[in-house]
Formats: sequence, C-alpha cells, structure tokens
Amino acid sequence: MAKVVIDGVEYEVNPDNNLLQEALSKGLDLPYFCWHPCMGSVGACRQCAVKQYRDSEDTKGSIVMACMTPATDGTMISIDDEQAKDMRERVIESLMISHPHDCPVCEEGGECHLQDMTLMSGHNYRRYDKKKVTHRNQYLGPFINHEMNRCITCYRCVRFYDDYAGGTDLAAQASHHHTYFGRYEEGVLESEFSGNLVEVCPTGVFTDKAFSEHYSRKWDLQTAPSICAGCGTGCNITPGERYGTLRRVVNRYNAEVNGYFICDRGRFGFDYVNSAERIRSPEDIDITQELEKFRDGDAIGIGSPRASMESNFALREFVGESNFYSGLSDIDNEAIQLSLSLGQDSSFRSPSIKEIEAADAVIIIGEDVTNTSPRLALALRQSVRNHATELAKQAQIPAWQDAAVRELAQHERSPLILLTPYATRLDDVASDILVAPPSELVEAAGVIASAISENAPKTDGKRDSATQIADVLLNAKRPLVVAGASAGKIEYIQTAANIARALSEKRNETVDLCLTTPEVNSLGMAMLTNKENSLGIALNQIIQGDARNVIVLENDLYRRAPHSEVAKALEKAESLMVIDQLPTKTTEQASLLLPATAFSEHEATYVNYEGRAQVSFQVHQNKIGALPAWRWLSENPKESISSLSERLQQSSEAFKGIAELRPEISGTVSGMQVPRQSHRYSGRTAMRANVNVHEPKQPVDSESVLSFSMEGIPAAKDATILGAPWSPSWNSNQSITKFQEEVSGDLKQGNTGKALLNRDKSGSYLEIKADTSSSNEGLELALAHQIFGSGELSAKSAAIQKRMVDPYIGLSKEDADSLGLKQGDSVSLDGNGNIAAVVIRNKIKAGTAALYCGENEIDYHALGSSVVLTKAENTFNRGIENLIVSDLYEEGY
Amino acid sequence: MSENLIASTASKARRLTDEEIHEIEHEMELYPDKRAVGLEALKIVQKHQGWVSDESMLAISKFLEIPVSDLESVATFFNLVYRQPVGENVILFCNSVSCWVMGCESMRSHINEELGIDFGQTSEDGKFTFLPVPCLGDCDKAPVMMVGDDLHRNLTQEKINDIILSYKERK
Repeated sequence: MAKVVIDGVEYEVNPDNNLLQEALSKGLDLPYFCWHPCMGSVGACRQCAVKQYRDSEDTKGSIVMACMTPATDGTMISIDDEQAKDMRERVIESLMISHPHDCPVCEEGGECHLQDMTLMSGHNYRRYDKKKVTHRNQYLGPFINHEMNRCITCYRCVRFYDDYAGGTDLAAQASHHHTYFGRYEEGVLESEFSGNLVEVCPTGVFTDKAFSEHYSRKWDLQTAPSICAGCGTGCNITPGERYGTLRRVVNRYNAEVNGYFICDRGRFGFDYVNSAERIRSPEDIDITQELEKFRDGDAIGIGSPRASMESNFALREFVGESNFYSGLSDIDNEAIQLSLSLGQDSSFRSPSIKEIEAADAVIIIGEDVTNTSPRLALALRQSVRNHATELAKQAQIPAWQDAAVRELAQHERSPLILLTPYATRLDDVASDILVAPPSELVEAAGVIASAISENAPKTDGKRDSATQIADVLLNAKRPLVVAGASAGKIEYIQTAANIARALSEKRNETVDLCLTTPEVNSLGMAMLTNKENSLGIALNQIIQGDARNVIVLENDLYRRAPHSEVAKALEKAESLMVIDQLPTKTTEQASLLLPATAFSEHEATYVNYEGRAQVSFQVHQNKIGALPAWRWLSENPKESISSLSERLQQSSEAFKGIAELRPEISGTVSGMQVPRQSHRYSGRTAMRANVNVHEPKQPVDSESVLSFSMEGIPAAKDATILGAPWSPSWNSNQSITKFQEEVSGDLKQGNTGKALLNRDKSGSYLEIKADTSSSNEGLELALAHQIFGSGELSAKSAAIQKRMVDPYIGLSKEDADSLGLKQGDSVSLDGNGNIAAVVIRNKIKAGTAALYCGENEIDYHALGSSVVLTKAENTFNRGIENLIVSDLYEEGY
Repeated sequence: MSENLIASTASKARRLTDEEIHEIEHEMELYPDKRAVGLEALKIVQKHQGWVSDESMLAISKFLEIPVSDLESVATFFNLVYRQPVGENVILFCNSVSCWVMGCESMRSHINEELGIDFGQTSEDGKFTFLPVPCLGDCDKAPVMMVGDDLHRNLTQEKINDIILSYKERK
C-alpha cells in the first residue's frame, strides 16, 4: 500500500496501479477515453490530465497524464487545479473538432461516454465553426454499424479488437486528422467478439446493428440482471425490453465470470424470444385435465440442459426421480456425468474466467473453445500474455503500461498447447499445435500424461514433444488443462483428467481443470439426473411399451439421438407432452404442446461449467400465455419460485445455498422493490394510447425483488441486483466503476454466484478404452461446431442467421483429391441422405473428416466414428460463404 | 451456387514477380520479424509497378503472411506509398513555411496553369502527378520541388517551364 494525496486528501492506494485507475477506484471523477480497465494505458487521448506536485512545498506543479503516472507512495496531485481543468477542457475541445452534432440521431446518445466526459470536462461551447473532416463508412456485416465521423481517435477499438481479442481485420489507417478505423475493404468483421466494440467505443462509431432495427434509448429499456443462455459459460448479461419485445443484450459485469466482455453469440443470439413462431397456449382444451393424464405415476420425464434448475427439478418432482431421464445424447450424458464427478474431485479446481486468465501454461485437448464456449477462448488468449507481464516485471515496467509491455514482449508468450482435429481460432497464439484425427489426439494426450507421471495409464506410442510439454506444464506457476463435452468424445475429458491428475500428483497441489459444457444448464441438469437414467434407456422403454406417457421438457430429442430411434419412440408414446419455446421436430409429434417462457421472461437458476449457480431475473412479461415450464408442472398453481427453489435446496445436500442466491425483499431499502425501469423511463402513460387512452395498471411482480415499474429504490450503490449501471454524471457502461469495490474488483454487495460442487472426493486415473468401433473404412469423424449455428436457440435469431453456414465436412486436400471432391462440392455421408458441403482445409490431417451439423440437418447420432463420403448433387441453402477459418485451401497458394 | 462458393480476398491477389520476390526475400533476411518487412515490401512493389494496387496489397499480405489490414495501416500512413496510379513523373512540391515565404504559391499556380493539374491530380497525358510535401530539407534554396528522383531548387516560372519540357521529352 502507498499513500497518495489528491486535492489535499490522503488516500491509501495500490502502487502497482496508475493514478487514473486509483482515482476512479476512490470514486473520484476524472475524465478519460483511451484507458480501459482490461487494456491498460497508452496515453493516447490526453484527457486525464492532472497537476502533479514534487512535494508540499511545490506550488507550481506540472501537468501529467494520470493514466501514465504510477501511484507511487508520496505522490501529490490535483484534479481540481485550474490549469489541469483548463487543459482537459481544451483537449476535449480538440478531440471534438470534427465530431458531428448528431446526438439526437446517434444510438450512443444517452449512454455515451463522450457526452459524459464532455460535460464533465466543462466543454460546453464549440468555438470551431469551420468545415469538419468527414469519412466514408463501411459495411461491417450484420452485427455492427459504422459511423466514422463520430470518431475521436482514442484507439480503443483496435486495442480491443486486435490486441485483446486477436482480430486481424480491423486497423487504424492513415494519420492525423484523417485517421480512420476500419477494415481493408467492406465486409463482415471476423472476430467472434466484434460486438464488444459497441461497448468499448466511447462514442457512436460502432453501434449494435441488430438493435438499430428496433432501437430504444437506454433509459427507455426495461432491464434486469440476466444470464446468457448461449453456452455453458454463464456470462452475465443485461437484456433490455421495450414495447413487449426484447431489444438488445449488453454485457453485465461479474468480476469472476465474464468481466467486461461477452461473445457475439451472446450479444446477438437472443432474438428468438421475439419470434412469431413462438409456441402459443393451446385453445379449446382443458389443460388441467390434460395434465392429469400424466399424473398416473408411470409417466417418464426427459429433462433439458437448456432448461433451468427449477424446471428440471419440477419435472423430476412430477414424474419421480427414477422416471426422470437425461435430456442429453448418451455420449454427452456420459461426458457431462464424468465432468460432474471430476468437478467433485479434490485434485482439481474448476477455474473461473478470471482464473483462466491467470494461467501461465495451458493445454487444450480436442475442444474448439472459440466455437463452443467463446468467452473462455477470449480468456485463454489473455493467459498467453502472462509471460509478457512477467518480462515487464523484470524490466520494472508496470503491467498497465500496455504499449510498453507489448513492445517489450514482441512474440514472447506463455505456452498454449493445442491438440485439435482441425485448425482453430486460437492457433495464432499457440506454442505447440498438434492437428490429428481424434483417436491420435487421445493417444498423444495419453503419452503426455505418462510423461508427467509414471503412474498415469500406459499408452502406446511415443511423441518427441511429450516430455517437453510435460516439463512446460510441470514447471509453470499455474498450469491449466482444458477439454469439454462438445466434441462428443469422452476420451478427450478422460485424458485431460489424467494429465491434470498427473500434474496434481507431481506438483502436490490442486490443478486447474476446465471442462466446458455446451449448454446453459448442462451441468445443473446432470446434477439432477441419476447417472444411469440415460436418454437411450428412456427411448428404449418407450419403444418397448414400458413407458406410455412421456413429458419432454424444452428439448428437441432429434438433436440427441438417431432420428429414426426418436421418431419410433415418439410415435409409440401414447401421450406426449412437450413444453418448449419454439417449434421443433419433437413438438410436431406432441399430443399436448405447452408454451414455455424464454430466458428473459422468467426468473431461474442455471449452473455453469464450473458448477457455479447463478440467478437470472425476469426482464419482461410474456404476453402470449407462456409460463415457466416448472409452473405448468407445479401441483400448486400458487407456488412461488422462491418456494420451489427452497424445495430444490432441501432435496439434496448438493443444492445447499441455491435458494439463498435470491435476495430477499426484506433486505432491500424499506422493503421496496427494485425497479426494472429507469427514473427517466418515458411514455409509460402513452405507450398504449393507440389501443386505449386509459393507462393500464402496471403489472405487479409479487414474486421477485424487482418490479415492473420505475418507482422504488434503484440498485444505486447497492449492486446486488444491478441491471443497467447509472451514476450521476456517468450514463454509459463506464459507470460500472462506481459500483465496484475498486476498478475491476467485485461489485459492492453484488454476488458472483454460488459454487455448488464440493471438492471432497478422491479420484484415480481413468482407463481409456481402446476405440473398437472404428472400422478402417472411411474417414475418422471429428465433430465441429460453429459459434453462429451450433447453439440451438441462438441459431433462431435473425442476426445470427445472417452469419450461419450449411452443414459442412472439413477435409484435407489429399482426401478430397482421392475422393474426387472440390471445394464447395456436396457429399452424402454414409449414403444415408445427410448432405454436407466440402470444405478443404490446409492444416487438417488426411484421414480426418471434421463435421459441422448445421441446425441439426445432419443425423449425427446415426453416424459411427468414421464416415464414408460420396459426391452428391449440390443442394445449398446458405452455402458456406460465411465460414471463417484460417486455413481454407485455395487453388494456387 | 457458383464455383466461387467461398468468398475470399485472396482470389484477387496478383502474383508477385520473381524480381519483387527476390528483393522482398532479401529484406526478410534483415529483419527479425516478417511484419517489419511490410513497408519495404510496399516500396519494392511501388518501385516496380509505379504504385500499389489492391491486388499488390493482397499479394504482399499473402507472401509475408501478415493481415492485409495491417499492411493497409502502413500504406495509408505514408503519403508516398501510392494506393492510386500516379503519372510517369511525380512532382513533390514543397509548400511548407520557407517555400511559402519564397513564393511557392505562385509556382503552384504556374504548374497548375501549365499542366492543368492541382495537388492530388494527374495530367491527362499521364505524364505528371502533382503532390504537396511538407519539406524537402533544402530551405535555403526555396522554393524547391522534386520530380522523380531529381531535386529542383530556386524555382522560377522559367525554370519550371524548362523542367516540365525536359520531362515531357523524356521517353
């Protein structure tokens, strides 16, 4: 700790930080643009000028940039000094020279950091009356608008996009007054994290294009703290609603999970909530009576990894524990159950995103993290920078000196070892990459485990690099092993666990083992399911006639098992109740189809890949009769979500603490609810004037601590239930610092979720079964995913659909040639009518076929571990133009 | 769906000539990092082609394995990397303070009258491109300009007429 005097007041500060960050941590107002808590300082904008004094005798002082000055012990500065204030006012005046006066039509207006800083700096009269510099804007794809005239050249966009997220197609061009931030030519921004530009840009250069189509000001959006349902990471988000439709999603800060950033699937993949296809309440039938039919005691229920803890639990209560079956494919179920048991193993720790960023040696086995759990890939990309930070430390350069640290480190990175069936979007920062067919990857990982510890299961084969990799992992400060359930290959998880166990054994400590989960509540559903109750067994029982009444919860079984088997079972079932949000192949066969609310329409708990339970609050009401699935299944129609989660908590020791995640109304100020609408929420009395001039009563939310209203006590300084952050003078998302204990620290009183898994079991090495099913015929299948398309619900969103591709099969040039296939040809898989487009990739090894199944257009579960390809008639829907891979084969290169 | 199923900028890349490749490879030996060769590669291509076309940009990017947007950053930062075709002779005309004091503005109008082009323009016959530069480091002999690789000092209207004539006559 160091002591710093700011305007005569002494503060205890962290000397490893800079003065700007510390001033903000202390709650002081100091304007800035280029500095960002995750990206450090470059001193580009000159906005955070303060006066620094040598000592208390010094009355003159000198102007310094707070972001570029360390908070060393004894530093004396003034923010209020007249010269410093004058400097800041003039700096912003020059930054604003060519800035258009278009706030009323700018989508940033009302949550614009530039507006806030302009006011804060006192620049309220424009003296410049000459011609402004103007630019041509670019088409940047379906996600992002470009309005370059608004740019104040703070360089945050390229520092995020290129330096932080590893993008290669956005750059600063030209110089001085015509500096331009754009692509080489018009086209889709390729990074999976491009949407963060909307929040990183301090003004309206990059805005949310999907939001543009039904725009509303920040203050007119009804918001609540929510959890992204896009994958198993559990990123915290703030969805905003207006006039009954969900308008946009922005990042919501959680120090341990997503921090300041989310991926583009999360940001743009919510629009299915507004779909006209949403299932509606059946008319002309007595639902209560229909439901009774399923209460005869022998109905079976199939759960869902995309449904909440509460809904899965309600179904389990409805049918009884022994009749509650996993809603995952058998192979995924096995993988998730294994992940769950490894999650309780005392040798391992499941790292949060913040902890992943702290790893200094990483090995990833088989998982294409960028496409399955994108936010984790962004964290892994930061982990390779730990070596740079280390070098900087040795050179006595503070970590926040971003440009200096990068300049010093050049290409020096912490090791990231990739074992992957095809080139991934993390290859550019990897230190070792093994691209090989899945079986070979498993073998290689086994050799690495053996090289770490002689106790690991013996594996055939030898790899020269194995000892080297073993050394890297053994000698790192904080090694991390990553695998996941998305690749449909349990052996990846088994070998990853063996590597982590070998490390744990040799290092004599717990080791970070990150096992990704594909869906929002994969792990939660697995916790509620008996391990033996697989979907295969359920389907079999139905086919055998042992189970006549079937309830399917928010699940399209055709994604989980061979289509023929599902079809057979569902036809055989006497009555089939399906509760879901959107029509699927499964809902087509339902005898009773009930509409379920979407993630933003109910309050619910989800368990992420770490075993972290988080509550997602209801943002808006569903107006078409959908209910939370648990409500349809509840015996007591008056039961509240709190009481249900209380029952869930009591059902097992495993769920201890889950009910306490919900703040109690008695805990809020004077017992008043927290409003979902802002103070400035406008037009409430006129919103429905076109229908009826009488203002309807505001809906009452009797169950939640939040209200559908603008009245009440806002989250203000208490961040427990913070939806959209606001603070006096701070209207943009940058206001989040006002709610943090310190910059990038925990939210004041805010909770970060509850870790459900107790790591109290001891485990042992896992034997890897030799793959006996593979025949020598055909190519070995490797399941591939796409960030835009593989998520079942996000794939129904309009913006996401514009980025999707047809099912494809990735092949080596060698295999393509021997099969007589060209780039973009169509092939039939095993000759059974599944058609995929051919994508020839430079780096894929001969013998591998990387299959992306599109929106379940491929009957994946009917395929074996290898596949025979035959050329087929071209039948394209979307084509594969939108595919972004680094190693596409091109004729002549 | 056409044969050109996969949109790719690389299909528009031209092939670098052997000479260009040879010179770029030589530069690569001098730098630890291929990215650092970007500017040299642009200069080499401009030397051979007169300017740097989109096709050339993509070719260099491919050859050096660096993103084309990074290369564009460099190319657009330097005024003397030409991203548009220029005439056979580029007139770099100094209009900074010393030359301005010594009357460069009237020289500029003279060139404008003689060739029918102002800053940023190329004459119709393709012989000249007229560009301003901030300083040529020869202030004591202002006003000055460069045509191609030659520096011309103490400019007068008569001198300019002679210079223009001599370049027009050059083959």
